[in-house]
Amino acid sequence: MKKPKFGVVVFPGSNCDYDAYYSLKKVLGYDVSFLWHKDTDLQNSDAIILPGGFSYGDYLRTGAIARFSPIMEKVVAFAENGGVVIGICNGFQILLEAGLLPGVMLKNKSLKFVCKDVYLKVESDKSIFTNTLENKNVLRIPVAHGDGNYFADEATLNSLTENDQIIFKYSDENGVEHEEANPNGSLLNIAGIVNTKRNVLGMMPHPERCCSGILGNTDGALIFNSVAKSLFN
Amino acid sequence: MFKAKVLIKRRPSILDPQGKAAEQGAKLLGITNIKFTRIDKHVEFVVDTDDEEAAKNEINDYCGKLLTNPNLEDYEFTMERG
Repeated sequence: MKKPKFGVVVFPGSNCDYDAYYSLKKVLGYDVSFLWHKDTDLQNSDAIILPGGFSYGDYLRTGAIARFSPIMEKVVAFAENGGVVIGICNGFQILLEAGLLPGVMLKNKSLKFVCKDVYLKVESDKSIFTNTLENKNVLRIPVAHGDGNYFADEATLNSLTENDQIIFKYSDENGVEHEEANPNGSLLNIAGIVNTKRNVLGMMPHPERCCSGILGNTDGALIFNSVAKSLFN
Repeated sequence: MFKAKVLIKRRPSILDPQGKAAEQGAKLLGITNIKFTRIDKHVEFVVDTDDEEAAKNEINDYCGKLLTNPNLEDYEFTMERG
């Protein structure tokens, strides 16, 4: 199988860029390049990762300034041409601010930063991110965020549901959604969504933090491997 | 040159958890009659042009494209020659 190349964007304040690089390159064996926010070359990446962190110190609103970085113009064009983009945590917030995904993130309902493993029900397997998860329909993946409370108006929520754009929902370990399983107050327990073309994924949980067996959980690798298989099969 | 003052308010339909937390704090202090607290943003800046129409357009651009997220917030502004 041809190896896909991932590009990991580095903004000032990104702090999961090295985790993503390490997991994709050293653990999963894919080609990976860092993409500096001031550059405008995606270095022939097959898929772009917008990593977690606090780009530009979360000034104004999370992700609000990062979307004006020179690299983002290329990322938006890449996404609009069907290129695969994954925004994780702060990356998801940037995708929302950039308008590549609908909705907005509010402060967690609890007002507290939440950092723990959560369970995700795979709400749709009709995406390159979830179509080969080795038959798993509930994943355990850590979250770490203060602003992960997904909000959108009713029309947007309805269209997300109708178009099968909700990919992951917070649930318990059996895949049952309820309020206690929702770490941040997100509407419809939303943890991850795709755009209508289904090539851009935003998710709050961190798959790059659970790819290595030595850490006791490799559910995150399933998502990256699904992308890799879909890109070249 | 114009001095602009912008008030950025969350839409009424959007929960304001910071406002809620402040109210809870107020109760702990024995301030008991506070209700409907909303914590909004106030931004001030200068627009370096003498053309009023151009200044207005720039303020609207700045507010609409960067300072606010239209999913979440509305804004109003005042400007005065300074």
